[in-house]
Amino acid sequence: MFEPIKGFGVSLANMFKPHVTEKYPEKMRPTAPRYHGRHILNRHPDGLEKCVGCELCAWACPADAIYVEGADNTDEERYSPGERYAGTYQINYLRCIFCGLCIEACPTRSLTMSNEYELANDSRQDLIFTKEQLLAPLLPGMEQPPHPLRLGDDEQDYYVGAMQNPGASAGAEYSPQQESARETAAKQGNGGAA
Amino acid sequence: MTVTQQKDGEIVETVTLTIDGIETTVPKGTLVIRAAEALGIAIPRFCDHPLLDPAGACRQCLVEVEGQRKPMTSCTTTCTDGMVVKTQLTSPVARKAQEGIMEFLLINHPLDCPICDKGGECPLQNQAMSNGRSDSRFVEEKRKYPTPLAISTQVLLDRERCVLCQRCTRFSEEIAGDPFIDLMERGAAEQIGVFSDTPYLEGDHAATNTSGDPFNSYYSGNTIQICPVGALTGSDYRFHSRPFDLVSTPSINEHDAGGDAIRVDHRRGSVMRRLSGEDSAVNEEWISDKTRFAFRYANGSDRLVYPRVRDEDGTLRETSWSEALLVAAEGLAAARDNGGVGVLTGGRVTVEDAYAYAKFARVALATNDVDFRVRPHSAEETAFLADYAAGVSPNNGGVTYTDVEQAPAVLLVGLEAEEEAPSLFLRLRKGNRKHGLRLFSVQPFASPGVTKANGTLLPVVPGGEAELLTALAGDAIGPSAEAEQARSAVRTDGAIILVGERLAAVPGGLSAAALLADTTGARLAWVPRRAGDRGAVDAGCLPTLLPGARPVSDLSGRVELASYWGVDSLPSAPGRDTAEMLVAAATGQLAGLVVGGVDPGDLPDPAAAEQAMEAVGFLVSLELRDGWVPQHANVVLPVAPVVEKAGSFLNWEGRLRIFDTVLSTGAMTDARVLNSIADEMGIALGTGDPRRIRAELAGLPAHEVRPTPPSYPAAELPKPDAGQAVLASWHHLLDLGSLQDNAEFLAGTARPAVVRLSAATAAEIGAQDGAQVTVSTERGAITLPLRISAMPDRVVWLPTNSAGSTVRRTLGTDAGAVVSIRTDGGARQAGDGAGHGTGDGAGHSTADGAGHGARHAQSTEEDQ
Ligand code: SF4
Ligand code: SF4
Ligand code: SF4
Ligand code: FES
Repeated sequence: MFEPIKGFGVSLANMFKPHVTEKYPEKMRPTAPRYHGRHILNRHPDGLEKCVGCELCAWACPADAIYVEGADNTDEERYSPGERYAGTYQINYLRCIFCGLCIEACPTRSLTMSNEYELANDSRQDLIFTKEQLLAPLLPGMEQPPHPLRLGDDEQDYYVGAMQNPGASAGAEYSPQQESARETAAKQGNGGAA
Repeated sequence: MTVTQQKDGEIVETVTLTIDGIETTVPKGTLVIRAAEALGIAIPRFCDHPLLDPAGACRQCLVEVEGQRKPMTSCTTTCTDGMVVKTQLTSPVARKAQEGIMEFLLINHPLDCPICDKGGECPLQNQAMSNGRSDSRFVEEKRKYPTPLAISTQVLLDRERCVLCQRCTRFSEEIAGDPFIDLMERGAAEQIGVFSDTPYLEGDHAATNTSGDPFNSYYSGNTIQICPVGALTGSDYRFHSRPFDLVSTPSINEHDAGGDAIRVDHRRGSVMRRLSGEDSAVNEEWISDKTRFAFRYANGSDRLVYPRVRDEDGTLRETSWSEALLVAAEGLAAARDNGGVGVLTGGRVTVEDAYAYAKFARVALATNDVDFRVRPHSAEETAFLADYAAGVSPNNGGVTYTDVEQAPAVLLVGLEAEEEAPSLFLRLRKGNRKHGLRLFSVQPFASPGVTKANGTLLPVVPGGEAELLTALAGDAIGPSAEAEQARSAVRTDGAIILVGERLAAVPGGLSAAALLADTTGARLAWVPRRAGDRGAVDAGCLPTLLPGARPVSDLSGRVELASYWGVDSLPSAPGRDTAEMLVAAATGQLAGLVVGGVDPGDLPDPAAAEQAMEAVGFLVSLELRDGWVPQHANVVLPVAPVVEKAGSFLNWEGRLRIFDTVLSTGAMTDARVLNSIADEMGIALGTGDPRRIRAELAGLPAHEVRPTPPSYPAAELPKPDAGQAVLASWHHLLDLGSLQDNAEFLAGTARPAVVRLSAATAAEIGAQDGAQVTVSTERGAITLPLRISAMPDRVVWLPTNSAGSTVRRTLGTDAGAVVSIRTDGGARQAGDGAGHGTGDGAGHSTADGAGHGARHAQSTEEDQ
């Protein structure tokens, strides 16, 4: 007849042990610093896109998660410093295995990964992220493309410049602005899209 | 030097040499690089191309040859007896030399592979990996040029990437004969450029390059394909895709009767680009720009997707296939029993579709009223095709591309090869360059296609072809020195006469050509302009010809075919040709028409054709895109474009060119649609599957009876008065043809539309070179700038279907007719005139009064 009370005893004892349950989603816990989360398409310091639509990330991807279509920049409508930019850029998060091979392939360091992991959804459509969703938000000093070259006369100035000043990118690992940008993004109530 | 017997019985001198320790025997004159290839040894190369003359421009193919002080370029060195060659595989000297050259080539190369179209399929990228140094020692500034430079509207040049291999310039000089691109400057500034009025081309763009003839080549797209780096790229494809995105399918050109092998690259359900395939017997590795760049015609918003039927109240509404097929079947059955139904297939059908139309007409509609010709034609042509085209193929002695190339002399009649059969033109030109082929062309003036093949013009007034050919066939000394040369040339062994479809419009022309061939022993071949024409002849889309080249009039042939098809009998009365069918439809003798891909504007009198189709009781249209016929049809049945179906074309040689589906969309072929209509009519046509049709065609019992060659008299030549002229006309390769729709960059290299007159005729009407000349009939008028050409007097030439010059539609007539010509004398104003034909003759512009200018602008607008 002490059996039921014994059961309470187990509960009672556990109440005073340290517990492992996360208070998610009320409280987000930081991941390991190099956690492979959602991708970011970074910008040059003036807001132009770093991505040149080369598709090397798509080529490298073992899961065929990336779809890119290049397009022509014109002097009137410029998205990236050179002749070519990504007219269409999509990552399908139902396919992505977060291996990071795309990041290694990217020749312009446009594509990096954030620590963002909230990627559950109930529709296929919403899990195919478009370029607008993937692009890093505009930081102070950045201007929404299309706009003319602001940091030099040609793309070379951008690339040479990038060696000294890699630019800041919201969500990019180890960027000084990472924290503030995350806050901004949180305030906007979505995963960092501009 | 050894002499060995080769397989084909010819005695060939050979030499024996050693490459990388392997002894090999090759024909004398073989290049070391080819001999190595034959052994499976790949020597890196850029400038070497088997179809271009050796240049030794890039130096990448260096190999060590024993006894030579320095490494030698294997692409220019011929094999000699006892030669000992060591390639990079066995010789450190060769390897080091190749690495050194690669380092040199990369010094000024921007290494922008990520944004370069060639990345992923680039010989420079690949060979830099396989035969280059692993790192670069070059730290200085690279040479920079503004990019891209427009070679034409379709071809862009990034000079920084160029390795100066000169493949492109050699192509333009040796193959196309259009000097549209060449080496310029010297030393480190040496670069590829285009000729233009501006001496230096910095920052120059397309607008200035399309202004005149010289930079417009119909073959410029080939340079994109052979450029071994990404220096030449296509405007249309630029940045749109990567080699690894593309699914490549071999296919066949549907734009002309050449039967060129092509490769279609598609990505996610849409075609991104087309390349030349390789077929040494047909197009070698070259295709025309039309074949390469015109492939979006089915992508417009006018593509028909759903069947349509016309309601009682006269409106067309979209409906289901089952309803449309039922309406079509019932309507056709009723029309068949109430006067009969005619079938017009159009010239773009595949062999399978043509066969289905032919069988449908005979079996389901019980008629021989079927014709594929939507262009000027004649009963003489019908007879000629039955005798000289039907059933002819390379397997039974038909003329082939190779025969043409090797012929000592070729006579063209009613055929402007460059405009109407572009790959044939390249062979003619190659024959002239390599084998001394002598080209003679019977036409009013020496077009670029004749000049570039070093051809001799036999000038005629349109309609005078028959007389000239008869004269060549006779014993009398020819009417002129050129004709005399031609008279003896066609009598040489292996001479070939090629007649085009336009000769059908000349009374007695085809008969005279047949006579000339018979008397001289020259071989005769018919070269139509459209891809489907030749196949339609063999498939029996002619009123007097059943499938398999059997004449309708031949009882045994009919019985044979009827039993093969499992039907009781076949209609025995010869049918009506296109023109007769249209007359019959207009007068109510025909109760219905089945119309395939027909644009009334291609017929000699479009207005009359439209009236006939409006008058006919029941019109069924099998169409790809919306247009005049579908809008006036009782039932519209959408069919598949060439990319979305499997099938085959017969090219002008009679060679069967089979292609497979590129994009699987579920769109139905004409043959399958006809099969379904027949099903609804309770008749089993058996044309649902192209493979089955091909098997059925191949299984047709052989038939030997040949109809007699035609012998029609020549007509009296018209005698135009002053202010009149005989009209000459043919199509430009790039014009308003509907298959070139949605190819914006292609249109930029179309030749400008001009009126051509002889100097004397121009003087007679008081027009100077460049003046606006109006050519008119009582139907309408065409006004274009004048180009004075060496041609017979009182002959006027117009492009048949170019911007500002839709001859049949506007003038309601065709070549051979007498038209009025006049001018207001003024030279044209710069900038006057519309379409891509502008710029021609702009240099002659004088200030000639604003009134004139305004009037020109107005009339040009009306004419379009
Ligand atoms: S992380 Fe891996 S799987 Fe995901 S997109 Fe990049 S390469 Fe593809
Ligand atoms: S993200 Fe990087 S690798 Fe991918 S297309 Fe853009 S530039 Fe190329
Ligand atoms: S443009 Fe291309 S084909 Fe022409 S010379 Fe340069 S590398 Fe050779
Ligand atoms: S391939 Fe021999 S020199 Fe270019």
